[in-house]
Amino acid sequence: MLTLEHFLTVGALLFCLGLVIALSKRNAIGVLMGIELMLNSINITLIAFSRFGESATPIAGHAFVAFIITVAAAEAAVALALAVSVYRSRQTVEVDQLDLLRL
Amino acid sequence: MEGAGVQIAFWVLSVLTLVAAGGVMASRNLLHAVLFLIVTFIGVAGFFVLLSAEFIAMAQIVIYVGAISVLILFAIVLTPQSVRDNSETAMVGPAILLGIALSTIFLFVIHDTAWPTTNGTPALSASALGQALLSTWVLPFEIASVLLTAALVGAIMLVRSETEENEDVADVDA
Repeated sequence: MLTLEHFLTVGALLFCLGLVIALSKRNAIGVLMGIELMLNSINITLIAFSRFGESATPIAGHAFVAFIITVAAAEAAVALALAVSVYRSRQTVEVDQLDLLRL
Repeated sequence: MEGAGVQIAFWVLSVLTLVAAGGVMASRNLLHAVLFLIVTFIGVAGFFVLLSAEFIAMAQIVIYVGAISVLILFAIVLTPQSVRDNSETAMVGPAILLGIALSTIFLFVIHDTAWPTTNGTPALSASALGQALLSTWVLPFEIASVLLTAALVGAIMLVRSETEENEDVADVDA
């Protein structure tokens, strides 16, 4: 018998893995992959709530996820363009070497 | 949600998704990390199918597996110095500690909360989603299309090289 808790658990574990990846990776593209994982885990959670939750308009969860996917696509396009642009001017995308603003 | 097939599908998808996400963390080669990321995206699409969200599952396959993964692959091959490197910074220890602490808190909250759930199967069809997007959420829907256009133009502007910009200036002057 699968319940809401099963799906929430998978979502929570995937979120924490994505958080660790986003916080610890040296390559900016690796950080972006962690952020994508976190967005995906949030989508699992929202869809699970809309499937199992008590709501007058359960389709709202699906609409929310559709907007999250849209914003994630826009974010990925801009972030990867930034990574390529930073690589052109600094010859690196390693986040611990991009310390131009540090005193 | 009953049925042995659904149960088996859930556990297989859970292991697949979480192991592939661990592979993104563990693999030393960034290209391998992207391949693991694609497996994770497919697993998440499987969860959407299990939760009777077929349209979202299809969008997940098309947008994440089809578009975003290819975008990430392109970004990796366009930044050649770092192709082979997927190592961690010095913050890996604190990050793992934070991840373990946060997941512990999440698991306690998930299992100790009495979630108000329903046993019925709500009507979650693609046509209902389309109706909702074009009636209740029509304003955010339009704003999302403006956002996508702005992101497209912004991405193109960011990756233009200086010679291309100089050519454009020359075209305007001529």
